[in-house]
Amino acid sequence: MNPAFSVIFLTTLIGAGQGLFLALFAVESGWLGTAPATGAALYVRGDFVALALLIAGLIASFFHLGHPERAWRAVAMWRTSWLSREVIVLPLFMAVVALHGVCHFSGGTSGVVVTGLAGAILCLALFYITAMNYVCIKFLQEWATPLTIVNYTLLGCASGFTLATALAASLEPALVPTLARWALNLTLAAAAARIASLIRNARLRPKSTMQSAIGIQNPRIVQKAQGFMGSSFNTREFFHGKSRQLVQSVKWGFLLLVFVIPAWLLSGSNVENKAAFAFLIQYIGLIAERWYFFAQARHPQNLYYQAAS
Amino acid sequence: MTQLALVIDLNVCVGCHACVTSCKEWNTSGVAGSLSDENPYGKDPSGTFFNRVQTFEVGEFPNTQTVHFPKSCLHCEDPPCVPVCPTGASYKRQTDGLVLIDYDKCIGCNYCSWACPYGVRELDENQKVMKKCTLCVDRINDTSLADEQRKPACVLACPTNARLYGDIHDPESIVSKAIRENGGYQLMPEWETKPANHYLPRRSASAIDNELSRKVEQQRPNTLKPTGAPSKP
Repeated sequence: MNPAFSVIFLTTLIGAGQGLFLALFAVESGWLGTAPATGAALYVRGDFVALALLIAGLIASFFHLGHPERAWRAVAMWRTSWLSREVIVLPLFMAVVALHGVCHFSGGTSGVVVTGLAGAILCLALFYITAMNYVCIKFLQEWATPLTIVNYTLLGCASGFTLATALAASLEPALVPTLARWALNLTLAAAAARIASLIRNARLRPKSTMQSAIGIQNPRIVQKAQGFMGSSFNTREFFHGKSRQLVQSVKWGFLLLVFVIPAWLLSGSNVENKAAFAFLIQYIGLIAERWYFFAQARHPQNLYYQAAS
Repeated sequence: MTQLALVIDLNVCVGCHACVTSCKEWNTSGVAGSLSDENPYGKDPSGTFFNRVQTFEVGEFPNTQTVHFPKSCLHCEDPPCVPVCPTGASYKRQTDGLVLIDYDKCIGCNYCSWACPYGVRELDENQKVMKKCTLCVDRINDTSLADEQRKPACVLACPTNARLYGDIHDPESIVSKAIRENGGYQLMPEWETKPANHYLPRRSASAIDNELSRKVEQQRPNTLKPTGAPSKP
């Protein structure tokens, strides 16, 4: 596939926003085993940052559309379409994150509990739904695996917890060691899952072949003409056109930027000064990771577009 | 239920692209508006087409065959492109099994094109909506046309009669008979999309010749051997 930057930014930005919200929810409900935050500042600012990331992701997604003014129509087919479900759940989650921040700001205890729980459920649902957009296309074999769901969730959580650590550094220093440990653990878990998917995808054998594409059982089939001599939607949308070396460098680059460097920064001393940098590095790495995710997927339609003459 | 479809005979397609040009002509002039071209006379021409004819070389030299392979929307009975559409712009029409797009509802998100393994959906770069073969829905439903004209433009244009059109759910239709008698097959059966369009496999030239001679002998003994290219019904 030819990676679309609108979708890369959408999935990485909302992933970080979702992870950040889950970190806030984990702190306020005491699941991390720490004392609660001393004031509302971390929650209010955290919700604000999470909302900003979600809005930025939503704006990015509009650049993917030929007719953004008709985007509202995308809520219609929620019974069958994961994309439609995503279009419904994302704004719903954004509204709950905003309410959660307002409740913390105004000190409404029961409001915090309700919006925190609702937000956490919507957040996990959104991870699942976003990933299912890719998992459900069964002939994109690189995507059609439960590992895609695990990766989207863990990568979002890792970047979100790293960002939460950075926010806590100035607002709630007492929480930094615990948040940093969770960010590190999530980064390592994400590394394990992502490497598992890399290994799986390297061993994949495409189910579709030249033989099944045109239905002729001969071991040697060579395309001589694809029906046109210039380009078409089919040659632009499904081929990234980058060299093998570049794709491989992107892979090693994201492994370094998403996992190795942030893990090193988060596990060292003086984390409160390094967490913001760790998030920046990790986020840049996630853009490369998502680019690779799209570039690696081999669409069976490409079998019909092997040669022009 | 009716399931309209094309059956394409790979034995007689000569790769002339008449179906491509007649498709483009009819559908760019139709009620749904133009099929836009980008840079048609420039260095890198590009355009929206419903139908493409591709060419493949099969086998090892000297035993090679050139296969011309027309490809358009297969109007799958279980189309993977339809359920993914978030707006309902892509739909399968129950009355005749056509997979169609409502251009006024399409938001141009390209997701349906990702969900089609055959690469038959093309985004119109000018109108920013997804387009694909409609089996000339505005011809076949036009009751003001004579019956023999109510066929897709590509079928009417084909000079070798390589394209058959009909209802594959009617066992007596020309397409059902062609599939049954000639071993018609579907593309990429591994994804269980159940394409409605079928292809008739290549037979070796001598097999066709022998079969044809036998038929001719049966029907008209003592007649001359046929000189023209064999033509399917």
